Amino acid sequence: MFDALHPIWPTGLPFAQTDGFWLPDAAATNPAMDRVFNLTLVISSLLFALVVGLMVLFVVRYRRRPGMPPQKSAAHNLLLEITWTAIPLLIVGVIFYQGFVAFMQMQTAPPGCYDLRVTARQWAWQFIYPNGHVDENLHVPAGEPVRLTMTSQDVIHGLWIPALRVKQDVVPGRYASLWFQADKVGTYDLLCTQFCGDEHSNMLSTVVVQTRKDYEAWLKDAANYLKTLPPAEAGKMLYQRRGCVQCHSIDGTAGTGPSLKGIYGKPQQLNNGAAVVADDNYIRESILEPQAKIVAGYQPVMSTYKGLVSDDEITALIEFIKSVK
Amino acid sequence: MSMTDLSPMPSKSYLTDPPGLRAWLLTQDHKRIGLMFLALISTAIGLGAIFGLLIRTELTLPGPTIVSSGHIYNRLFTLHGTIMIFLFIIPSMPASFGNYVLPLMLGARDVAFPRLNLASLYLYAGGLVFFLLVLVFGGVDTGWTFYTPYSTRTAAPVILAVVGVFILGFSSIFTGINFLVTIHTMRPAGMDWFRMPLFLWALYGTAIIQVLATPVLAITLLLLAAERTLGIGIFDPALGGDPILFQHFFWFYSHPAVYIMILPAMGIVTEVISVFSRKHIFGYKFIAYSSLAIALIGFLVWGHHMFVSSQSPLVGMIFSALTFAVAIPSAIKVFNWLATMYKGSITLAPPMCFALIFIFLFGVGGLTGLFLGALAIDVHVHDTAFVVAHFHYTMAGGALMGFLAGLYYWWPKITGRMYSIALGQIAALTIFIGFNLTYFPQFIIGSRGMPRRYFDYTRLLEAHPEFTFYQILSTIGGFLLVGGLVLVAFTLLRSLVVGPKASQNPWGAATLEWQCDSPPPHQNAAAPALVGDCYDFDNFQFDEKTRSYVKLP
Repeated sequence: MFDALHPIWPTGLPFAQTDGFWLPDAAATNPAMDRVFNLTLVISSLLFALVVGLMVLFVVRYRRRPGMPPQKSAAHNLLLEITWTAIPLLIVGVIFYQGFVAFMQMQTAPPGCYDLRVTARQWAWQFIYPNGHVDENLHVPAGEPVRLTMTSQDVIHGLWIPALRVKQDVVPGRYASLWFQADKVGTYDLLCTQFCGDEHSNMLSTVVVQTRKDYEAWLKDAANYLKTLPPAEAGKMLYQRRGCVQCHSIDGTAGTGPSLKGIYGKPQQLNNGAAVVADDNYIRESILEPQAKIVAGYQPVMSTYKGLVSDDEITALIEFIKSVK
Repeated sequence: MSMTDLSPMPSKSYLTDPPGLRAWLLTQDHKRIGLMFLALISTAIGLGAIFGLLIRTELTLPGPTIVSSGHIYNRLFTLHGTIMIFLFIIPSMPASFGNYVLPLMLGARDVAFPRLNLASLYLYAGGLVFFLLVLVFGGVDTGWTFYTPYSTRTAAPVILAVVGVFILGFSSIFTGINFLVTIHTMRPAGMDWFRMPLFLWALYGTAIIQVLATPVLAITLLLLAAERTLGIGIFDPALGGDPILFQHFFWFYSHPAVYIMILPAMGIVTEVISVFSRKHIFGYKFIAYSSLAIALIGFLVWGHHMFVSSQSPLVGMIFSALTFAVAIPSAIKVFNWLATMYKGSITLAPPMCFALIFIFLFGVGGLTGLFLGALAIDVHVHDTAFVVAHFHYTMAGGALMGFLAGLYYWWPKITGRMYSIALGQIAALTIFIGFNLTYFPQFIIGSRGMPRRYFDYTRLLEAHPEFTFYQILSTIGGFLLVGGLVLVAFTLLRSLVVGPKASQNPWGAATLEWQCDSPPPHQNAAAPALVGDCYDFDNFQFDEKTRSYVKLP
């Protein structure tokens, strides 16, 4: 219904450009947001120049000089004041309307969107593809509307793709969605914008816009890695893709969680004083029930991967941890 | 001198009468309470500025620079935000200058409830103690917004901080009640509502918000504490709660609260511009009503903080429209200030410098608010450095500059000493340059893709190598800005030692606080039999001998 309201703004006219000094290069053709941004930029720059220009003019022209007393002028003027109430009201009315119309375009997904699911957790994005593949990057076909249905497993996150001008908070306990159409093949940043803790600024991912053909080839391949790679290598891939890497190093440095270096088969000191050997079952439990045993010196902040990793994947992860010496 | 009829005999200043520490600590004198507030609030600015500089220094270069991890950085920006908002900006102008000049402007003996006023001071001190405890216990990492469910799950001592804010809220409510009752009941003969100094209209609007909105924050923070300790399941979805509900509650207070911060600053700027232009304020009624309009519409725009929170587009549309509506009263004030300067006789004494800087910086802050109020643009720039720049231009560029204008304006009255005008002007220029250098680059990187509350931006540099350049500019500006603030402190404290004695009315203001001694006597001066127009400067003439303006009969 909002299509009908939308004033057509032909490309090529002022305010229709999509990149430059203020905004990053766009991955979509002529995003609606950019028009409103540029319009508001011009209007607010003019208003600012008017106010500061008058201010400077008055300070210079009416500076205090000997023998120059203040001159008489009216202490109020109803007509004048109504004028400078009404004109700003009209101006902000225009910005409001343009912002609202563009917003409705950005909110209203067209029929026939390509649907992907997103799960956010501290501190990783997981993109779930129609064939069940889970990836740490967002691959999308170019030139097609794509809809993300998103939820969070722990705290509120925010998904922002600056090049696509889309942003949506991802709230635990409900689904949020957004849609976009990326036209230009390439890779773009995807960021978390809602503050979510220690590794908030590392909760980044990449949007890979591919042709439909490349996308399908990638998806088929990517879903097969457990069968084509040795378990330890597949485990390494999972370690990077599922967000383990954000908190658990493999070089011995302590992060939000303990490092995985050389832990396999060694006793681990827990925060309740007990010690436990890091064997296969301990690692499996730590992935599925992270709060069960907490290593001394760390906070119980990890949330469960139950339902998010299969048994084969856990096996691959264990093989990988075994290999990190 | 023609004004001697207001202070019939030379009396001792409130600073020394009655003497003794005990008399200060148990005082019910609004002037002493205001001055003690000023001292405590200035301490809070210093503390907040230190954390601000630590943030800026960390962000200068990508990767860890002075702190080792996000764990620590998150505590720095939370402490900067909570201290600056709850301990500085919200109480700043009402509790210090409001307390000090409100009764003097009315020619009254004191505020309506002096004991409540003293309680407000001690509650503030109590809140300050809680914040120091938070520091001792390692700091809080939720941001000043305390968003759930992060704030109910983090191991940081959130409850200490929340109790601190809760106590500070009561301090704010007490001040608000006091001002409302004082303005309603204690105006002198001849001062009807539309003959009040406009600073009092601003305080009145502020007090309405303090009294009506702060209880909502108190309830919200109690619920947050209950959620953390008892797991009652109001906000945490894991317990059946709704985290968005917290945001509604929080912003229902915290958006009106930005008008608690800015309205008194606008009031100060109004007084200063009129006095230093020697011109009657233009459009008194529009300025007065615009203060009330801001206070009332300000209650209805909280949802513009939540356009991307997954609230419905219809609700977003309504909040967007109301947000644009609240811009209008601010615009009216700016145009009326300009019209006041028209054909005036303008001097650039430090209070006027800061008032003009206010117009410039608040202009940028207000106009960038148009970007954020527009739904489509907000989606892109929400939670980015653009928002950080915007609210610093309004809060620091607005409220802090208004505070500094007031500080330089009333300092001679409060302390009885005159500072160096030249040093004050240098400080103003330093702050102006430093401020723009700090925050303007953040608009650019924000809309180009730099989120807020990011400890490390290394991984963004591949697409945006220019970020480092702007971050360096911003840090240089930050040090310049704080250098300017240190110069302000130096200028003013120096005046206590070497400054000449301030005259009764060095600026030639017509409001009543300038028609009594500097500093005023303990009992204040009685109001004249009939109060005249507080913006009529026609009959004031500068007397070289006393360095004071005197009113010709």
